[in-house]
Amino acid sequence: MPDQNPVIQRTAPVERRVDAIQQALDERGMNATDAVEELTELAEEHWIPQNGARVVARAWVDPEFRRRLLANGRAAVAELGLSMPKHHRHLVVLENTPAVQNVICCTQCSCTAFTIIGLPPDWYKDLEYRARVVRESRTVLKEMGLDLAPDVEIRVWDTTADTRYMVLPEQPPETIGWSEEKLAGIVTRDSMIGVARL
Amino acid sequence: MDGMHDLGGRQGFGAVRYRPDARAFHEAWEVRVNSLYAFAVRRGIFNMDEYRHAIERMEPRHYLTASYYERSLTSLATLLVEKGILTREELERRAQGLFPLAAPSAPGRSNVPARERFQPGDRVRVRDDYVPGHVRMPGYIRGKTGVVVSESPAYPFPDAHAHALAAQDEPTYDVRFRSEDLWPQSADAALVHVGVFQSYLERAT
Repeated sequence: MPDQNPVIQRTAPVERRVDAIQQALDERGMNATDAVEELTELAEEHWIPQNGARVVARAWVDPEFRRRLLANGRAAVAELGLSMPKHHRHLVVLENTPAVQNVICCTQCSCTAFTIIGLPPDWYKDLEYRARVVRESRTVLKEMGLDLAPDVEIRVWDTTADTRYMVLPEQPPETIGWSEEKLAGIVTRDSMIGVARL
Repeated sequence: MDGMHDLGGRQGFGAVRYRPDARAFHEAWEVRVNSLYAFAVRRGIFNMDEYRHAIERMEPRHYLTASYYERSLTSLATLLVEKGILTREELERRAQGLFPLAAPSAPGRSNVPARERFQPGDRVRVRDDYVPGHVRMPGYIRGKTGVVVSESPAYPFPDAHAHALAAQDEPTYDVRFRSEDLWPQSADAALVHVGVFQSYLERAT
């Protein structure tokens, strides 16, 4: 009988693969575990859609801020204490109107203005959304619950460079006169991606 | 490269699995992977273009069946091995099993020498380029004509930046295409805006 190879030739479970990297980096003195703790807190507590919601609410109540936001998104969000990674050199804010619906995607990976509108949800990164939204925009939006009138123009923005996008949804008419804080509470992540209206 | 990752316009996929309360992470290891790759970028071990390209170099069957964060993990491990920080043997010994990595890289390229500056309103055509390395031109715009809407600040040229080649930063243009031009008689009517690097563009005649 030939010798049996004692090595189990199977792919290691994904968690053990993550552990392997983290431990190997730690043993080289790179303090990966400390960095993971810090970056995890950023991902879970700081890179959240409530940031973008504050931006939208401010734009609704302050026409001068809205103008600055549309002219230079990166500088305008900094006024609210919000920052973007160095390599995101430009934030383009896309204004919805009754006649225009903007929707963002990344067909090649999952790029988003994640420090502003939050890390992207699972479906944004799935193959289905990436493959279909550029080509079957109206159909996909309808399947996702946004049934646009035929005369609404759809503009799809594929995030292929390091310029980042966010959608500025329309303010619902019944919320005119609300406080900025209350307005921020109705702005959803998906309205800033552009797959939902408010 | 015309890789499996270049999904825009591919057909045969079903409905988006959409929930309004969908989360970014589902399991603790996913957050850890996200943090580990961000840590490596922050330490300057690799840049975002190298990171994206190592995902694109995954064997297509692995790419399609891996979850999003498994792709992220595979890219991280591949680059740590390629940069000489870890070895695959060490990773497999620690993980007690196989640790599939992405395939080796093909050569990158530097900026196209004859680049033109465009103005909003200019009609531009996406060059008919086929490159073996990293490229941020989605295949669905290759050879297509659109209109320049605006110019973004200059960025590192990804075709070089993903391969540690010297290159000049160059502007990207927001180019507006009509879905009917991209997929004649086979798309929902829409305007499709793509951020296109200057090297990928020529003036449309």
